[in-house]
Amino acid sequence: MPSLDDLRKRITSVKSTQKITKAMKMVAAAKLRKAQENAEKGRPYSEKMNNIILNLSAGVSDPQSAPKLLVGTGKEDVHLCVVLTSDRGLCGGFNSNIIKKAKNYFEKIQKEGKSLKIITVGSKGYDQLKRQYGKSIIENISFKESKNINYFDAAKVGNLIIEKFQNEEFDFCTIFFNKFKNVISQIPQAQQIIPLENENKDKDEKLKSNYEFEPDEDEILNNLLPKNISTQIFKAMLENSASEQGSRMTAMDNATRNAGDLVDKLTIQYNRSRQAAITKELIEIISGAESL
Amino acid sequence: MDQFNLEIISPEKSFLTKSDTEEVVIPAIEGYMGILKDHIPLISFLKPGIIDVRSKNETLNYYVDDGIVEFKDNTLSILTSNIFDLKEMDKNKVDKIVKDAEKGLKKDNIKDHERYILDQKIEVLNSIKSN
Repeated sequence: MPSLDDLRKRITSVKSTQKITKAMKMVAAAKLRKAQENAEKGRPYSEKMNNIILNLSAGVSDPQSAPKLLVGTGKEDVHLCVVLTSDRGLCGGFNSNIIKKAKNYFEKIQKEGKSLKIITVGSKGYDQLKRQYGKSIIENISFKESKNINYFDAAKVGNLIIEKFQNEEFDFCTIFFNKFKNVISQIPQAQQIIPLENENKDKDEKLKSNYEFEPDEDEILNNLLPKNISTQIFKAMLENSASEQGSRMTAMDNATRNAGDLVDKLTIQYNRSRQAAITKELIEIISGAESL
Repeated sequence: MDQFNLEIISPEKSFLTKSDTEEVVIPAIEGYMGILKDHIPLISFLKPGIIDVRSKNETLNYYVDDGIVEFKDNTLSILTSNIFDLKEMDKNKVDKIVKDAEKGLKKDNIKDHERYILDQKIEVLNSIKSN
């Protein structure tokens, strides 16, 4: 049975924790609006880019001469996984969900006897993966210093991937991130970016417009595909940041509510023990008076 | 004159959308290109240069570093990561970009293609400065 003093201390401590979580929730809510707006604004670019590439790749007749970024190296030996996570914690299951998804994929690849290379973006992902997959992690990038997500950071990651691809360090590349659906649900996603996954393989005829190309088709594709990788990473980073804030908001909202419940429970316990102490004293006095 | 749609999109946001464009001149990789309504579908790249957007009441000028253009169904889409309104380009800003470009030119392992692009860039920027 804790003493009254202990209980009082606990209540104060829970209350101050509640204040922190409440403040964090409000900050996350404010940031979420901005991040969500950014994610929505960034969508047209990546969609348009994807469309153009689809149109272009529809015209590629000979897969032999097509750029390797589009069709792959023809081998399936080395998989590169880019895991995008946040730099900060206290955001519920945000990072763990991505890691869980990624780990499943890693296991699958290792079971198939293929080798695995990992690039982590964001320090939380690195922290969670380094114990089990430390040997596979070839690069750990963090953008803690950049205040906002910008395209140049994404391009840095993109260029790194392309450089490694050109050095034939891997055959497949997949990125892991959380897709922002709404405030309470973020879906961990795995998206294959090299070779480019064509979602609607059976393209309808509409796509095959007769384009005039300047310079020729191959050169455009060769130029466009590396850009597309950076764009996809940028899109993933935007989605991730919106998800992070959303996830943090829900997590902190829950924490605040739990703290409230806990305070209520502790207050009842505190009052009961106070009452018990008073009753005990009264009984002592009365029984003392009676014995006289 | 007949009008068509124009959208300029940067990775961060949709930069400009207009539905009353009459003519757009773009710095395509193989030379400046004027686009009018009912142009045939087109995909091309941009080199550093000035985009000239003409509509009935106004003319807009933008400086771009690079980009991709697509024209289809009377909609011209320009995707670019680096675009500035010419009105907002002051001398300091221009000087800074020129300096960066010149630094790039001095690298030893520069490819012919890159050199061409950077030369173009400096030329365009100098012409902006002298105006």
